[in-house]
Amino acid sequence: MVGIVGYGAYVPRYRIKAEVIAKQWGADPEAVTRGLSLVEKTVPGQDEDTITISVAAAQYALRRAGIDPKEIGAVYVGSESHPYAVKPSATILIDALGIGPHVHVASYEFACKAGTEAMYVAYSHVKAGEMKYAMGIGADTSQGAPGDALEYTASAGGAAFIMGRERLVAEILFTHSYTSDTPDFWRREGENYPRHGGRFTGDPAYFRHIVGAGKALLEKSKMAPADFKFAVFHMPNGKFPQEVGKRLGFTKDQMEAGWIVPWMGNTYSGSSPCGLAAILDVAKPGDLIFMVSFGSGAGSDGFIYRVTDEIVKVQDRAPKLRQMLDSDKVYLDYGQYAKYRRKIKLNE
Amino acid sequence: MITARYAREIPQRYRLEASRCAQCATVSFPPRLVCPTCKGRTFSTITLQNEGKLLSYTVVRVGSDKFSKETPFAVGIIELKDGIRITTQIADANLEKLAHGQTVRLVFRKIQEDGKAGILCYGYKAIVV
Repeated sequence: MVGIVGYGAYVPRYRIKAEVIAKQWGADPEAVTRGLSLVEKTVPGQDEDTITISVAAAQYALRRAGIDPKEIGAVYVGSESHPYAVKPSATILIDALGIGPHVHVASYEFACKAGTEAMYVAYSHVKAGEMKYAMGIGADTSQGAPGDALEYTASAGGAAFIMGRERLVAEILFTHSYTSDTPDFWRREGENYPRHGGRFTGDPAYFRHIVGAGKALLEKSKMAPADFKFAVFHMPNGKFPQEVGKRLGFTKDQMEAGWIVPWMGNTYSGSSPCGLAAILDVAKPGDLIFMVSFGSGAGSDGFIYRVTDEIVKVQDRAPKLRQMLDSDKVYLDYGQYAKYRRKIKLNE
Repeated sequence: MITARYAREIPQRYRLEASRCAQCATVSFPPRLVCPTCKGRTFSTITLQNEGKLLSYTVVRVGSDKFSKETPFAVGIIELKDGIRITTQIADANLEKLAHGQTVRLVFRKIQEDGKAGILCYGYKAIVV
């Protein structure tokens, strides 16, 4: 059996409340907060980016796995905010963590599901017997144009998962992907911010793909929603994952542990992976986890995990996601946020 | 262009690799070609611990060009558990609450950018824990 041998997540310290952004643009803070089911979002420090976030999450994953970094045969980072257009983020990560140089790396991009793409390929390498361990990471310092609806949610964070065959903390029982040409959200080469199709991002995109992957996964596994202890879906706002879970037959209780978006925002490629990390932080041996990501463009990756006895040995080896979300917060005003996110034009 | 120098310094900046003299065991960070104690030229590579304490610090309010938009920020002298002292920026710091003797941990952060189109330079900074 192949599965997760170590996991880790990282969340920056900085936050901005949705009501602060709403006030800046003359929107009704109460209506925005209620409409998105979102209180605040994470903001990267000025010296943080997808690479530093990936390194921090991967360090925690290595700590939990307790393996020699040199045994990792591949590292894939999924993000839509890779700092370099040409130079894989993982080239820096593997040198920072002592993983290389005998390692295969790549950067993945698929809007918000690049992280689960990285996890899927890492899992497949190990399953194929090509290597002992492989790491998949989803991390982002998400972009949203000033004044756009995305600005309320686009946040920062990431999670890393080391796949292997021995001492698994969670077995991967089934996977399924569902993909189509759906132009709901995109960013052209050289553009600073993504564009989206407004309401078109809902039913024809997010809901169609997650439901498509989710139903196929349930059929493939011959399992029912009631069999699962936990479920997590991509979290572009607070409401969509609750609604898609309901459509697939899951309850609020099953989604509660992974529903981190009200206090974290949408970490794009790190969204459902961070939700999975939050679930693993509290999961018990034998628990089944249902996970479906979504990336605009569009596609969904689905996974079914079964937690093993090893989980209780590793949960406290690194900081837990909700601890990071709840502690050491530094709140920014809109001016500081605009500076941190480089939204202010400067003389070069 | 700072690419060649940056690449040479990756082992110490990314992984805190130091050199231990084979003759007198003096640890040098960053690694040196000649031991400052016994002039030995044979070394083994060791990795320093990433925790220590803040010995001293100052707050930079007028930064050099590359750091002028990050002010105010703190720069401190850290004594690592190995006894090695390093100078580094203190990230995510509440400047009013910094104090000598605080426990710190080194984290991986972006240090600087070589202009708008040049390379991104990463390395260690300290955070108070």
